[in-house]
Formats: sequence, C-alpha cells, structure tokens
Amino acid sequence: MSALLLARIQFAFTIGFHFLFPAMTLGVTLVILISETGYLIKKEERYRRITDFLARLLGLIFVTGAATGLTMEFSFGTNWSNYSRAVGDIFGPLLAAEGVIAFFLESVFLGVLIFARNRVSPRVYWLSALLVFIGGHLSAFWILAANSWMQTPAGYAVDTAGKIALTSFADAVFNPSTHVRLIHTVLAAWMTGAVMVAGIAGYYVRKGLHGQTARTMLKIAIILFALTPVLQLGAGHMHAVEVINMQPEKAAALEGHFVTSRGVPLYAVGWVDTAGETTYGIYVPKLLSFLYNFDFDSEIKGLRDFPKAHWPPVNLVFQAYHVMVGIGMLAIALGLLGAFLLVTGRLYRTRWYLFVLPFLIPLPHLAHETGWMTAEIGRQPWIIYGLMKTADAASVVVSAGNVLFSLVMFSLIYLLLFVMFVMLCVKLVKQGPAS
Amino acid sequence: METIQNFQILWYVLIFVLLLGYSLLDGFDLGIGSLLPFLGRDKEERDTLIHSIGPVWDGNEVWLITGGGALFAAFPQAYATAFSGFYLAMMLVLFALIFRAVSMEFRAHDPARAGLWETALVVGSGAATLLFGVALGNVIYGVPLDSRMEYTGDFLTLLRPVPLLFGLTGLAAVLLQGAAWAVMKTDGALQQRAFKAVRVLLWVNGAVAILYFIVMAAAFPGLPGRPLFYAGVLLTLLGLVGLFFSARKRNDGAPFWESSCSFIGLWLVAGAAQFPNLIKASNDPRLSLTIFNSSTGLHTLKVMSVIALIGMPIVIGYTVFVYRIFKGKTRPSDSY
Repeated sequence: MSALLLARIQFAFTIGFHFLFPAMTLGVTLVILISETGYLIKKEERYRRITDFLARLLGLIFVTGAATGLTMEFSFGTNWSNYSRAVGDIFGPLLAAEGVIAFFLESVFLGVLIFARNRVSPRVYWLSALLVFIGGHLSAFWILAANSWMQTPAGYAVDTAGKIALTSFADAVFNPSTHVRLIHTVLAAWMTGAVMVAGIAGYYVRKGLHGQTARTMLKIAIILFALTPVLQLGAGHMHAVEVINMQPEKAAALEGHFVTSRGVPLYAVGWVDTAGETTYGIYVPKLLSFLYNFDFDSEIKGLRDFPKAHWPPVNLVFQAYHVMVGIGMLAIALGLLGAFLLVTGRLYRTRWYLFVLPFLIPLPHLAHETGWMTAEIGRQPWIIYGLMKTADAASVVVSAGNVLFSLVMFSLIYLLLFVMFVMLCVKLVKQGPAS
Repeated sequence: METIQNFQILWYVLIFVLLLGYSLLDGFDLGIGSLLPFLGRDKEERDTLIHSIGPVWDGNEVWLITGGGALFAAFPQAYATAFSGFYLAMMLVLFALIFRAVSMEFRAHDPARAGLWETALVVGSGAATLLFGVALGNVIYGVPLDSRMEYTGDFLTLLRPVPLLFGLTGLAAVLLQGAAWAVMKTDGALQQRAFKAVRVLLWVNGAVAILYFIVMAAAFPGLPGRPLFYAGVLLTLLGLVGLFFSARKRNDGAPFWESSCSFIGLWLVAGAAQFPNLIKASNDPRLSLTIFNSSTGLHTLKVMSVIALIGMPIVIGYTVFVYRIFKGKTRPSDSY
C-alpha cells in the first residue's frame, strides 16, 4: 500500500475513534449541567448524586478523548505536512483559537468538577459545570469551523505563488457551512449523551436500583432523547440543503443521483452501481426535490454534470448517509415513545422499553460515525473542496513503512483503550451513584 | 516588511512563553509521574502523589496543545518540517503522552491492575520528557534540511550527543520540578523523601546545567555575546543556590519556585541560541527555517495576536483561581 493510502486509513481510524469521546463529553456535560442546576435550585440529594456519578463517568470519557485528541493535532504535521504548509494561514489559527478560547476553559474547570465537590461552594461548583459545558461547546465550534472551512472554504485568496492567504478571519470562521454543521453535530452529541444516560438509568430503574435518583436521571435523559432527534430532523434538513447548494456532487452522491433532472426521488435503502451509473432501491418519488425547496419539480444536479475524477466513492457515501438517516428516524420514534410513556406516567413500568434502552447506546455513535463518513468521504477527492486534493496533502518525507508502523501501534493502543474504557464504564455503572 | 517582522518576533516570544509555561506546569506532573516509584513507597503515598496532580494535569497539557496550535498558526513551515521529519520520534512522544494521560484515570477505576497503570504513568512521563528535550535539542542544534524545507536525516540523526544532552537536561529539570512540587503538596515521611530527592536532583541539575552551558557556548559561537545567555545562566544558578538553602531549612514552599527559576534559565539559554532560527539547517545555514521565512501572513499573525493577547491573560487568571482551590497539602479526600 502507498504511504498516502496508509495515511488516509490512519487518519480515518484515529479521527473516527477520537470522535466517540467528544460526542459523549458534550452530551454528558449537558446532563450534568441540568442536574447540577436542579441541585442548586432544589437542593435535593438525588440531583447531587446524578452529577457526582456522571462527573466520574465524564472523567473516563474526557481523558480518553483528550489523549486521542492529541493524536489529531500531531497528525496534521506528521502525516499531512503539505496540507499544513498550504493552510497554516487559516487552519492553524482555528486550532490555536480552540486551545486559547475553549480547551483551557474545559480542562481547567473539569478538575474542579471531578475533584473539588468538597472544596468549593455549590455556586462555584455549578459555575464550573457551566464553564466545562461552555468550554466543550466552544471547542466544538472551533474544530467544526476548521472542518467546515475544508468543506466550503471562504475568506481566503490564493496568491501568485499558489499560497493560500487569509483575507477575512470572520468569513473563514463563519464560512457557509459552519452554522449548520455546528448545530447538526452538537445535536448529535447531545443525543449521544442522552441515550447513554437513558441506557444507564433505564437499566437501574428496571432492576429497581438507586430509587428516585435513577428515575430522575431517566427523566432528564428521556426528555433530551425526545427533543434532540426531532430538532435534528430540522438541522439535518438545513444541512442537506446547504450541501445541495454548496457541494452539489456530494449531494448527488448521497442519493446516487446521476442525471440532472426535476422531480428527483428520495431513497429509503438502495445500492449504487457507480460503473453503470444506476441506483437501485426503495424510494419515494419526487421527495428529494420536494425536500430541497418544497417544490416537487425542483431541479437537482446529477453526478454526470461533474468530471468523473471529481466523484467521491458514490456507493460508500450513499450507504453511510442512509445508515445515518435510518438511525435518525429510529431515534425520533423511540425518543417520542419515551416521552409519551413519561407523560402518561408509564415510563418506569414499561419493562420492554427499559430493557431496550441500554442496547441503544451504540446507535447514536453509529449515526455520527456514518455522518462523518458521509461528510468526509463525500468531499473526496478534495481535502479542501475545490482547492486542494487529498493526494497532494500528505507528508513527502514519511515512508509507507513508517506510517504502517504507527498505524499498527494506533490499532493496538486504541484497542486497549477501547476495551479498558468499556470495561471501566460498565464497572462504574455497576457501582452506581453513591448514596 | 518592518511590521510583519515585529509580529514574527512577537509570535516567537509567545510560542516560547507557551512552551515554557508547558514545561513548568506539565513539568511537575511529568516529574511526579517519573518519580512515582522512588517517592511513593506504598499505595497510599502513591495515591497522594497522583492526587496532587490529578485536578490540574489536564489543564497543564493544554499549554502544549495551544503551543502546538500556535506553532501551526504562526510558523506552519516549522511545524510541518519538524512533525513530519521527526515522524517516529513524534509518534513515540504521542504514545507516551497517551499512556501518561489515561494511566491515572484508569488506575483510579481499575485497582486490580493499579501496578500496570503506574508503570504506564512512569514510563509515559519519563519517555515523553526525554523525547521532548531531544526534539528541541535537534531543532536548535540543527538538522539536515533540503531546499524544500524538508528534513533529510533519519531517526538515528536525532540521537546525536548534543540533542541527547538537551534531553537529559530537560529530564533533570522536570524531575526536580516534580520533587519540588511533592515537597509543597505532601507532608510526613513522603515529604522527607521528596526533600531528599530535591537535594540529590539539585546536584544532578547543577552538573548537567553547567555541562549544557559549556556545550551551548561552544556549539553557538555567537552565544557568549548575547546578554540573554548570561541572564539564563544567572537565573539557573540563582535558582539552584536558593534551592540548596531552602532544602536545608526544610522550606516547603520556595523549592518549587526556585526549581522553576532554574528551569526558566535553561530555556533562556536555548532561546538565545536559537533566535531567530526555528529549525537550524546543519548542512547549510541558508536552508534554515527562521521566523522570517516560515511564518504565515501578516493578517493571520495580527488576528492571532488579538486572540492571544486577550485570551491568555484570561486563561492565566482562571488557572490561578483553580490552583488556589486546590491550595495547600493534598488531602486524601481529593480523590476520584
């Protein structure tokens, strides 16, 4: 295998693994902020127990996320040095801003959240929970602004030497896809946290453990689980429209759409024969056109309008996208069902629903992983859409053997981290909130 | 031209400060991690040592992350050359830091394998420290570069005597920083052992630092003409002399500051030797990456300056606030 392909595999693997943790971090800090606000207002022990339990869980999540996040900052220099040389003007400041404005805040106050319950007043503790929440979300903002810039670059000029120079920082940060990507990703992260907490609390309630604490935890989580997928429907829609407008060949790949036409269908499931330029599957006629601008006859560009060399791997993007959408639909149904059970007072007694909840924990992860695959593979062959090819971005001095070595090491180390993380989470859940 | 040069110098100074801050703060974490088996005789003592850094090491590591981001933003050519050129060494640093990061958390949640995670903490902390010093030594002392700013050496090129001396000097300083932190945060038998470590490491640091100053003065002919060199030497010697007396008087607060002072001196000498180079080309000085030929554009540097000059004082402010929360001796209740 070539050094380039190995570097791509390594980046895909390390970013995919890393992202599991920030997604949980954002979601769990939201639940912590809610329970700690409840504690500050109502002064009831059950809220404090929820916070303390989730803070211990957050410790595990955060540290694994921080450790694997360091890999990402290294990797732009180690494996993608040509990219780094080209985009230092724009991509560098976004990473640096993330450090100064966001990651410091999150990391410093996380220490208070995990270690200082008995050292600070409830107000300072609550403030720490808020600052960890804000820091984490600011982090997401800067990283997603950087990613969005790779999708829809703005605020730059290419000089005569071919160097990309910053012309407007605001335009680069708030490029055309930053807002929708941020909302879409943050909602996905909240859903990830909500389902994780719902799974844990559902298990407690079904087993009759931790009484009122478990029921309150479940209630908070189910409310979030009902809200986030519904909101995501709107956010996902906005994002899809943005992709159709800004990255039409990616949008065409999402639905395996080859010929520019009106009244374009939307596939529920399918298979794309890229060579034969045909898509098979179950579809709803004219729905994609309708969703684009609420007109059943609106025109959607097909892949044939673009050179074949600029097509992403169509079927892979199609499948990843449809897995994500499918999970989203399932989440809407299950979340609303949970809310219905809660409102009708049957949530804590509906044993099959409580039984199912823990098994849902991996699903939001699968959704955000396939969502990232859609976004990133859908952008290929570009590393910066329309501006720089992935093939031109890798380090020139790093040999295939070196990347193979690091890839093998990452696989082993991350496997160990994953096994330990799951094992210790299960152990922590079994210990439960301290009484 | 005049303005961009001012910003390039400003960013050299800012990155210098970020990495210096990293070495002082994460320095004591890495020092505690490396010294764990020597200072902590039983599980309870090792618990105390780890709890003394538990709440703060995360934030301390962000100095490195921000320093790396700032290097990317201000001098992307140097970031790209060093990280891709020193690929295997960088991967080893990364693996060491990953193990260091997870080991403390995993140890707390997984008592059955506490010994394994302690080993990961010790090896991760020690290896990361040593490798950082060696990497820094290489960019300052010089490595072979080509006309496209790419590194042309291999892994073994990095292991020459002068960069290795940098690694040892850094390791000695970090161990001292860790021992001085332990003196401040513990009491009883553990503190007595930490004082003993400070006294031993004091002489080790003195010996290594003097060798480092001599080698630097010999390797960089211009260095003895730079006032910053003498300021650095003086700071290090003052720090170590002060430490000698503090350790004799069993003063538990001053050693950390004196150790930091000595460490800053080492950095000033390194900076005096390096400036305005970022990565010196050992084969041909004209191929060196300097702050003037490796930076981003003026607009980026200006935007970054606004963010850094407003953001960093705020960061330092709340970092001090949180350190004050954990002020005093580490309590057994400061646990996970």
